Amino acid sequence: MVEWTDSERAIINDIFATLDYEEIGRKSLTRCLIVYPWTQRYFGAFGNLYNAATIMANPLIAAHGTKILHGLDRALKNMDDIKNTYAELSLLHSDKLHVDPDNFRLLADCLTVVIAAKMGAAFTVDTQVAWQKFLSVVVSALGRQYH
Amino acid sequence: MLSKREKELIIEIWTRLTPVADRIGAEALLRMFTSYPGTKTYFSHMDITPRSAHLLSLGQKIVLALAEGSKDIANLMTSLAPLQTYHAYQLRIQPNNFKLFSHCMIVTLACFMGDRFTPSSHAAMDKYLSAFSAVLGEKFR
Repeated sequence: MVEWTDSERAIINDIFATLDYEEIGRKSLTRCLIVYPWTQRYFGAFGNLYNAATIMANPLIAAHGTKILHGLDRALKNMDDIKNTYAELSLLHSDKLHVDPDNFRLLADCLTVVIAAKMGAAFTVDTQVAWQKFLSVVVSALGRQYH
Repeated sequence: MLSKREKELIIEIWTRLTPVADRIGAEALLRMFTSYPGTKTYFSHMDITPRSAHLLSLGQKIVLALAEGSKDIANLMTSLAPLQTYHAYQLRIQPNNFKLFSHCMIVTLACFMGDRFTPSSHAAMDKYLSAFSAVLGEKFR
């Protein structure tokens, strides 16, 4: 089981408390598709991904970004058992969506960068550590049911 | 593979950062040391506490090297030759650490530049840092 200090819980809760899910979700997913273009392979049915501009203007991608970010709410509400919280989602990504789990790490990194850009100097070293720990637990849980 | 526009973006960013090279470099290093404590093992001989002279000086060296390299990306193998030798034979840094530093540099840039660190800039910088790291690691084996 992952141990969380009070400080870590506070930092992560604070970030979610003021999070604009639509803005951050859209920005994170589009950034991932642009910076790591191979991730576009999973979005064949999402319309125009021709270049950075069309990706950033794509409403289906924006909606999906929001959906992904809301998916993180479950981890936030169940920080002491993220592993089991995502067991079903992990199987979905493995057996139905066939997503290479290494890409979860890339999306997590993009989310970190977007939040860092939004928070500026407030995204301190300690904030980064706590946030990355949270995301790494999520990423690990999502990859856990692959077989 | 970097496009012409990406090379321009990279040069633009490093030019803007050169005056604060020590601050940016030190912050990236500090983020790396705190997020990935294993990376501190290479610096047991230095004072790497926040705002230390060692940290600022090292940070500055790294950022200036990155800035310099960006001016002629096609010739990184030549311009980085001395640094390649240094990292391979003297420092002998486990190559995965270059990725960790690159990530923390990108986070530092995001904090510093906010919205101006667009996805295109991010992509260009990520590619540049990967290329730079690959060249630095060339002589490892």
